[in-house]
Amino acid sequence: MMRPLTLICVLALTGLAACSEKVQTGGGVKSDVAAYQGADNPFVNPGWKAGDKTSWEQGLKARAQNTQNEYSKTGAPNGPK
Amino acid sequence: MARMKFVCDAERCIECNGCVTACKNEHEVPWGVNRRRVVTLNDGVPGEKSISVACMHCSDAPCMAVCPVNCFYRTDEGVVLHDKDICIGCGYCSYACPFGAPQFPASGTFGVRGKMDKCTFCAGGPEVNGSQAEFEKYGRNRLAEGKLPSCAEMCSTKALLAGDGDVVADIFRNRVVQRGKGAEVWGWGTAYGSKQAGQPPAGAKS
Repeated sequence: MMRPLTLICVLALTGLAACSEKVQTGGGVKSDVAAYQGADNPFVNPGWKAGDKTSWEQGLKARAQNTQNEYSKTGAPNGPK
Repeated sequence: MARMKFVCDAERCIECNGCVTACKNEHEVPWGVNRRRVVTLNDGVPGEKSISVACMHCSDAPCMAVCPVNCFYRTDEGVVLHDKDICIGCGYCSYACPFGAPQFPASGTFGVRGKMDKCTFCAGGPEVNGSQAEFEKYGRNRLAEGKLPSCAEMCSTKALLAGDGDVVADIFRNRVVQRGKGAEVWGWGTAYGSKQAGQPPAGAKS
């Protein structure tokens, strides 16, 4: 008596499992290469090594100070020491 | 490295649109699409202020939250990018964005809305860094070339700052201390979640 009932339950669970929602982890985006890996063109700024994250970060920080901070660029007396 | 951020200093912006021109030229952005634009607050009223606005690459980006096809991703540097091969041009991101950053080219038949286009912080897209395929879809990848966004580097008065959040915040902080006013940064709190930002300091000069 119990055997058909068990079978029905197993079949029902199996059937319902097929209706479950797909796991939505991760994105549908293609993987992107990190910027510090460098660019495949002749316009790369010299002074840092492609693939070296530390040198890339230091290069950007120095560039930000040189191009955007006129206090340090001009050596103004009120600039950061 | 901290996250990449934009700061627009309203005390310095002179509404020259140099940032807009630099962006359009650097990425060869088509007509009708403006990744960056200058907005003037209280235009015509004495004391008006202008700010340069584009995608702020929010810490908790609403565009990413509402995208039905999950085409957005965030780089290790905090730059919010998207994959145009996945985007369906639905426009949800446009409604969600507090800065009006998402743009939609309408050059197709009957002005059909194309795939979304926005500021990439000059970091391209998922294609190979610096490749022609990346340029045609997203524009130049200056970050991979060891450079900062063109708009900020071209800014004539250095009102627009871009780069490592710690560095640009330090540059801006030094300015505010020197001039003793103008600590308000429009959009900073909205984009990066700082409750302190945008509030004038106590006793500040007008």
